Amino acid sequence: MPEPRVSVGHYDPVRERRAELRAQALLRSCVNPEEWAMYSQLGLIRVWGRAVGHAARVALDGGAVALYAYLIYPYRPIVAYVPDSTRLLGEYCVAFGDGERGTDRLPPSDDVLAKWLALIGDERRLIATANVHPAGRQLDPVRVRRDLAALAAWERGRGTRPQWPPGSLPDRWPPTTDST
Amino acid sequence: MRLLAMRSGHGEVLIAEGNVDVPQEERELIAAFRAQLDAGMWAAVPLSDRLGQREAQFVRSFEEIPRDAERVIFFPRAAGGG
Repeated sequence: MPEPRVSVGHYDPVRERRAELRAQALLRSCVNPEEWAMYSQLGLIRVWGRAVGHAARVALDGGAVALYAYLIYPYRPIVAYVPDSTRLLGEYCVAFGDGERGTDRLPPSDDVLAKWLALIGDERRLIATANVHPAGRQLDPVRVRRDLAALAAWERGRGTRPQWPPGSLPDRWPPTTDST
Repeated sequence: MRLLAMRSGHGEVLIAEGNVDVPQEERELIAAFRAQLDAGMWAAVPLSDRLGQREAQFVRSFEEIPRDAERVIFFPRAAGGG
């Protein structure tokens, strides 16, 4: 089947809106219902870190807890943080450029889905690709902590607790591309 | 199986669709898959685990795609941003 030709030479708000609606439908069909609700109501998705090594598994068996997670925003760096303390660990700046020059932006919800797919599918690969910065370089830490508070309140309101997967204990920070 | 690609200004685009159990259609899917990777795209398969949690599997070759996968999503390769 020939691929449809898509001309994106100039900004067309109607086209962009239509594209975003399609992107939202695709995102909703891929992420968990709770994540979709999180995104549609708070504008972000939290993803638990999964770069787990042997040391972390030992720590898990010993009852230690050292969780980390990411916040995914459209067109913003991925923010890593420690849920127990809301301590911000860093910003991971990645771009998913489309077009011949790689400069055309995906619709916002496609940008979120690309980050979600990459983090869930191969966290180490994405983190290895990202430009890493200390927290606060692009996103105001006050705003991020406000978002984290809103997320906590949102979860309390839904009567849900964060479901920390057993595989989310990191052996070191940041996760590296080493196989463990 | 459907191969979908994210496109700026459009949302997802259907690249190819076919039945992997039909040899000719599988060959067309493989060709379309390789063309997307050659164009610099990354590919992931949305899945659900045994508990119903939605997951994603990165795939680097057509052989890595679960035979019963309904969709493969291509998205631009990540680059370090500002």
